[in-house]
Amino acid sequence: MTGKSASLTFVRTEMIPASEPPLSEKGAIKWVRENLFSSWLNAILTLLSIWVVWSVVSHLFPWFANSVWVADNLSECRAIRDATVGPDASSACFAVITDRWQQLLFGFYPREAYWRPVLALALLLVGILPLLFTAMPRKLLLVLPVLPFALFWLLWGGSIWTPVAAALGFVVAGLVFRLLSPVGGLSLGVPAAVIAAAAFWLYAAGPLAGALQDLLPIGIEYIDSKKFGGFTLSLIIGVAGISLSLPLGVVLALGRKSDMMIVNMLSTAFIEIIRGVPLIVWLFTAQLILGYFLPPGTTFDLTLRVIIMVTLFSAAYIAEVVRGGLAALPKGQYEAADSLGLDYWKSMRLIILPQALKISIPGIVNTFIGLFKDTTLVVFIGLFDPIGFTNAIRASTDWNGVYWELYVFIGLMFFIFCFAMGRYSMYLERKLQRENR
Amino acid sequence: MALTEAPKRSFRLSQLIHDTRYRSITIQVVTLALLALAVFWLGRNAAVNLQALGLTPNFRFLSNRSGYDISQSLIAYDASMTHGRAAIVGILNTLLVAGLGCVTATVLGVLAGVLRLSKNLVVSRLMAVYVEGFRNVPLLLWIVLIYAVMTESTPQPRDFREGGTASMLFGDSMAITNRGVYIPSPVWSDGAGVLIVVAILAIAGAIFYRRFARKRLFDTGQLLPMVWPALLIAIVPTVLAYFVMGRPVGLSYPELGGFNFQGGIQISNPLMALWVALSLYTGTFIAEIVRAGILAVSKGQTEAAFALGLRPNRTMNLVILPQAMRVIIPPLISQYLNLTKNSSLAIAVGYPDVKATLGGITLNQTGRALEAMLLMGLFYLVISLLIAFVMNLVNNRMKLQER
Repeated sequence: MTGKSASLTFVRTEMIPASEPPLSEKGAIKWVRENLFSSWLNAILTLLSIWVVWSVVSHLFPWFANSVWVADNLSECRAIRDATVGPDASSACFAVITDRWQQLLFGFYPREAYWRPVLALALLLVGILPLLFTAMPRKLLLVLPVLPFALFWLLWGGSIWTPVAAALGFVVAGLVFRLLSPVGGLSLGVPAAVIAAAAFWLYAAGPLAGALQDLLPIGIEYIDSKKFGGFTLSLIIGVAGISLSLPLGVVLALGRKSDMMIVNMLSTAFIEIIRGVPLIVWLFTAQLILGYFLPPGTTFDLTLRVIIMVTLFSAAYIAEVVRGGLAALPKGQYEAADSLGLDYWKSMRLIILPQALKISIPGIVNTFIGLFKDTTLVVFIGLFDPIGFTNAIRASTDWNGVYWELYVFIGLMFFIFCFAMGRYSMYLERKLQRENR
Repeated sequence: MALTEAPKRSFRLSQLIHDTRYRSITIQVVTLALLALAVFWLGRNAAVNLQALGLTPNFRFLSNRSGYDISQSLIAYDASMTHGRAAIVGILNTLLVAGLGCVTATVLGVLAGVLRLSKNLVVSRLMAVYVEGFRNVPLLLWIVLIYAVMTESTPQPRDFREGGTASMLFGDSMAITNRGVYIPSPVWSDGAGVLIVVAILAIAGAIFYRRFARKRLFDTGQLLPMVWPALLIAIVPTVLAYFVMGRPVGLSYPELGGFNFQGGIQISNPLMALWVALSLYTGTFIAEIVRAGILAVSKGQTEAAFALGLRPNRTMNLVILPQAMRVIIPPLISQYLNLTKNSSLAIAVGYPDVKATLGGITLNQTGRALEAMLLMGLFYLVISLLIAFVMNLVNNRMKLQER
């Protein structure tokens, strides 16, 4: 034993303290090595990306930092740049925005009435906030039914009794429905209500509004649709199109899934024809040949025509998205609703649609974003949306040659709205997620 | 056995509304009646209006002399030809920009979609910025912006002269000017036909080799190398034939002559702006589709493939991609359709597509709004129905075979 232990020259009796990992295996260096330079390909990609970012930033930063905000025209802008940073420096001329922002935002809307679209936008936000976030006070939902009429009156102006009479039409329809649906059910109540409202609008609303106006003249200056323009116009078309196309799209989707052959065929044909042709062609149709199909002598506001066309167009897309949602529901849900003895509308309203719409949220919001971006197409039929104004501004002698500044400004406005919509749909999707907890 | 039969009651009118058996018929009859009424009303209005204008709808204007020039045409065309021919020129131009756009948008989209999933933070963030930035801004804005850059920020042809400020790219083969982008064009001389035949045969041979190797793998289990022999079979005979025939295909380079470039192919600024904008914009949507498709394949599939001992690239090719493709392809095809329809924004930059010829100048010259719009709508409808048909075929082929 002693001989063996004598041959052992050294036995460690205590543990060595754990040493620090080598520099390349810890902290930022390790992260960079593993994520950015893990392979040749990855390293090349990283360097390439850094180069792209650098070249964009190095161009953008001086352009933005040297920007000129107050000038009357482009040559004055250039003169200010030459005086301050030298003739070769890159410099943005945002003076074009400070000079023309009224047009880009409000079009030809009278300057003293700018508060009206601004107030309308604020009202709209207040109205839809409780719809978007359940944490908002529920009482705010009461604003919603009044909202369309209030917005219409604020934007177009005129006598307050016109929107009031229009709203009364809905009240009449509601009353008729209340009266008749206990007797004849939905299939009698709905058509009767529609007919009653139509009759009210056609024959009673005009005289009623006139009489009330004589009795109690309340009104603000009437502003014609021709004066609408800029981002206000985009928002009006976008908001109207979005709020009208969702219900229409859901109805079309139900029509396409219906067992009734004629309803099914009509919905399918409508959806496919609308979707098969670009929006531009539909807008030109609204401008050029819709007049042929209306009674001789009818004139009909171009903005309204555009809203109708945009609504129909995106309704067809929403119908397809919702149809996908309906098809994705397990058949058991339909059978369960039937076995509970629910009729068609009840089963749709209580069982099928809540689930189908939840599945379709991303698609529906994408369609809305598309609709909002497509409002720029109205420039082709002579309405002045922001892009229409850039053409006019760039053609003027003062600002001939400016383009980046204008397009960056407009692009940013659209980006904010579209990006917010996209993020909201992600939030909603997460909130409504029930499975896979 | 006295079964109590349900009392037979005569048909009452209220059953049309209350009885579910009759109600659907009632609804359909009413719908049909309303539709007929609406069509009749619209038709009568149209007849009255057209009569008042002295117009009778017909398509004879298509065979009249057009009298206008088109700046870009894939087939022979001049102002003495008919409106019909002008419409075809427009259709071909639409298809050209749509075809070019689909190819580049796919390349861009697949790259951006895959790279956005990369673990490399710099790359994935850059791709996220590209995707979010481009798809949240209207396409029209991108088209007019790129067109403005192309026409206002690029050098004039005379800047390319000796001592000028601009120079050509890629060894004097490409010039970006404010009149368009000039690239070399191929020149076909004698013997080019033979070369093309050889090339086609070589590619057919490569495909045949792959089939053979696959059959052998499935029959005997022997794995032959697939990629490099196929490449060799495809390339070597073509290259040999190219030199044997004495280089029958050459390139004609654009050269500065006088005030403009001569030779080569000129890609006009409108086409360029439209092409670039459509590709960048649609590329973002394709990127999202590709990303969603790859994410849709559950992680268990990768793990299962690794457990079977498959190497990473075989896992990708044999397990992940076939399943991701099933999710990717249908929305991808509908993006192609969207791109084709979006190409109608060509009027923003004056590219002579079908909207500019048939729906623009022809319509304005002849005043045949109804007919021209109808034809144009039909053209787009046919394209989209064709694409929908292809999509259904693909869907049926790729559908999961369940039991």
